[in-house]
Amino acid sequence: MSVAQPIPAPAKVDNYLTHDRGFMSWAFTLDHKRIGLLYMGGVLTAFLLGGTFAVLIRTFLLTPHAWMFKDKVQAHLFYNNMFSLHGAVMVFMFIIPAVPAVLGNFVLPLMLGAKDVAFPRLNLLSLYCWFGGAIFFSYVLLGGVFHAAFGVQWPGGWGLDTGWTFYTPYSTNYASGTVPATLGAFILGFSSILTGVNFVATIHTLRARGMAWFRMPLFVWALYATSLIQILATPVLAITLLLITAERTLNVGIFDPHIGGDPVLFQHFFWFYSHPAVYIMILPAMGVISELISVHSRKHIFGYNFIALSSVALALLGFIVWGHHMFVSGQSNLANTIFSILTFSVAIPSAVKVFNWLGTLYKGSIRFTTPMLYAMGFILLFTIGGLTGLFLGALMVDIPLHDTYFVIAHFHYVAMGSMLFAFLGGMYHWFPKMFGKMYHERTGQIAAIIIFIGFNITFLPQFVAGTKGAPRRWAEYPEQYQKYHVMSTCGAYMMTTGLLIVAFNWLHGLMRGRPAPDNPWGGNSLEWHCPSPPPHDNFAVPPVADDPYNMGGWEYDKTIGGWVPRSHEISPSETAAAGRTRPVSH
Amino acid sequence: MMVIMAGLLNILADSSGFWMPPRASTVAADVDWLFYFILWISVFFFVLIFVLLVYFAWKYRYREGQPVGDAPSHNTALELTWTFIPTLLVVIIFYYGFKGFMGLAVPPPDPYEIVVMAHMWSFNFGYPNGHIDDQLHIPANTPIQFTLNSADVIHGFYVPAFRVKKDIVPDRYNKIWVQALPVKAGDPQTYDIYCTQYCGQNHSTMRSSVIVHDPDEFRSWLEKADLVNMSPAEHGHKIWETRGCNGCHSLDGTIIRAPSWKDVFGLEQHFQDGTSQIADEDYLHLVITNPNIKPIVGFQPVMPPTAGLLKPRDVDDVIMYIKTLSSKYHPTLPKPTTAAAAAATTKPAK
Repeated sequence: MSVAQPIPAPAKVDNYLTHDRGFMSWAFTLDHKRIGLLYMGGVLTAFLLGGTFAVLIRTFLLTPHAWMFKDKVQAHLFYNNMFSLHGAVMVFMFIIPAVPAVLGNFVLPLMLGAKDVAFPRLNLLSLYCWFGGAIFFSYVLLGGVFHAAFGVQWPGGWGLDTGWTFYTPYSTNYASGTVPATLGAFILGFSSILTGVNFVATIHTLRARGMAWFRMPLFVWALYATSLIQILATPVLAITLLLITAERTLNVGIFDPHIGGDPVLFQHFFWFYSHPAVYIMILPAMGVISELISVHSRKHIFGYNFIALSSVALALLGFIVWGHHMFVSGQSNLANTIFSILTFSVAIPSAVKVFNWLGTLYKGSIRFTTPMLYAMGFILLFTIGGLTGLFLGALMVDIPLHDTYFVIAHFHYVAMGSMLFAFLGGMYHWFPKMFGKMYHERTGQIAAIIIFIGFNITFLPQFVAGTKGAPRRWAEYPEQYQKYHVMSTCGAYMMTTGLLIVAFNWLHGLMRGRPAPDNPWGGNSLEWHCPSPPPHDNFAVPPVADDPYNMGGWEYDKTIGGWVPRSHEISPSETAAAGRTRPVSH
Repeated sequence: MMVIMAGLLNILADSSGFWMPPRASTVAADVDWLFYFILWISVFFFVLIFVLLVYFAWKYRYREGQPVGDAPSHNTALELTWTFIPTLLVVIIFYYGFKGFMGLAVPPPDPYEIVVMAHMWSFNFGYPNGHIDDQLHIPANTPIQFTLNSADVIHGFYVPAFRVKKDIVPDRYNKIWVQALPVKAGDPQTYDIYCTQYCGQNHSTMRSSVIVHDPDEFRSWLEKADLVNMSPAEHGHKIWETRGCNGCHSLDGTIIRAPSWKDVFGLEQHFQDGTSQIADEDYLHLVITNPNIKPIVGFQPVMPPTAGLLKPRDVDDVIMYIKTLSSKYHPTLPKPTTAAAAAATTKPAK
């Protein structure tokens, strides 16, 4: 696409950013768009925190014997706190909220043609839960890392060295920070639950005229399925965390075998939430990809019904496979068998989506914009992540691979290679809408490629380390695995560079980007039918919904560098005369 | 191409291939076979998706003036095909995974039994004759069942070369079996044992080795293993080294997680309930067998009780050893009064 010629600055129009000013108007906002931006600030800070520790972990692991510390006791303490912090911050504070709370909050009401979500005050409460939980959680966890690294103990900074999975009895009997850390996660969980409740109500009641269920954009279907999981699964984690607290404080035997409890019971409770949680992570991401692939190839999504229903199928099936995290725990052979076969069932809806996205690209008109690059990266990386799940679902092969680096590589491909890529792609895609500015396209494209290559260099060697037996969560490791660790660390540095370029790209776009047109990509879902950035009330007149993937009604206007409604509608007879089934679009 | 792939598979099929550790058990070949089966299916689908993606990206890239192609937005036959074929493939993968797993899970009748005792942060292996070792010695070509128990938290028992793994859960016996492939007489093979369930500070150094002997050589090793002549203090030191005490108690004054054994005998111990006591033999006996009854100021009561793990004689030897580490312990005999007795006392101390 050519860059638009310089245009006169538009007249100052009131939008959601300028509507009200001052700290109070942001701290107590009820506007879903502002809440989305506040979440964005929090979630990106969480990503920075978790990511810093990822880089530290990778640096630490450059040698087999914890080169960063002379005292090995201190080295182990530091490492154990670091990987626990990395996992816990990334899971609870970044991956779970990122797409739903940031992109979902901003885009959902716009996509539905609504003024806001169904319960704006509940939305603000969920934001407060996130910030409250996040600040408390980070404080406790960082305290442990600082104590291990520098010997400084700040009050309440007990730290967490249990891993993000808090397995009992280690977490209840030996680790000091378990109760406060789980309390932080408990508060964060409410942010997730309340967002889910809000989205379900919004999607049921606030759809624009003409938007039947099977006329909704697929991102909405994805958010709906995600919200169901958030509402049903998160309370189980909350209860589990309360049970741990009860056991620690009241000495009730639930998980501690020495007082009559069962440590494996904890694993059932924990994974009953945490497996559906990974679908909370991936479903909205897949929804974003459906939007990106379709809009940036200007083509109607292929297999709409199958993609929509596969989101719901994944949400439901995701609840019945948790036992695959416990194949080596000592649970019965029968349980192992049942969970294995159910686990394979969740592979199918995901495969269906990938093929449908490829079908969308077929005969499209593909632009290699930054969002499209992330979407294409997603398809490749999600394929690898999903296929490596097959190894782990097959009982006999899971036995040697369980708890090794193979698992770490697998989940980073789906959590980072897939979910993060979708998040970044979505951020770029809706950046013009959110801020009324365009980012610099070439920089975005280069960063995307650097991140893609760096990501693969980081995690592909970890598959091999895993099959060769390298266990996970090891601060020191046998010498034969060093070459994989060194490769992995080099990839991590490359990926970090790419991510820093992305941050720079966004900041630069915010400050110096050219003004964005209302519809820079030519999409037809309702968010593109309002100005960039949107006014406070989103739509002056409630819009009527059309097929969101029928983009034939837009044409490109070089003078603004964006798409405008076609001046002349193409009638069905014109389309038929051209020998086509769909109107001509570019 | 197929010949090359088959050749590659053959090379990989040999012991240390690109992906897998050496194959040292009867199940390793089956496990590896299924791994490669899934691998080639995965490679096929990845290449298919990659090629389609790249081809479509090139062929359908935007060109000025070219409209979007005319194509239907759904095709039920295609949807059913690409639902049905993956379903069939995963059912096949499940079946082989399940079948093979049952082979891993159910031991042959009358296996040889070894107990694996895990604690923070080392393994001990108990044999039917009562010998306890910190390394695992097994006879080749014999089904062996391991009974896994933990003294404290969940650990993991993993031998990559055998392809077997199971968690070790406290207060519960998990079982796992293996049969090592035959070894040549005089050429025992050694493989790594790793702890795979995060268990705290020294999780990453909780390792051991399994040594696979020819069955006759195993028998002679086992006979000799228990016949070690040591003084009580030497035996106490060996227990410190091999039974997990060294994970928390140092010998030189450093605090790892628990009081150092240096100079603890005869030292006044201050308890969290405000009382105190000099650490004499009775105190040491109590605190070794039933440690958390009187927690000491500055330490968490997390020591696993050793009653049942250490025989009474072992506890006596540990106490003896602890005494030798204290400056308050200096046993003396009266000075020799005859020349002969003087000659006898100049023998080097053990």
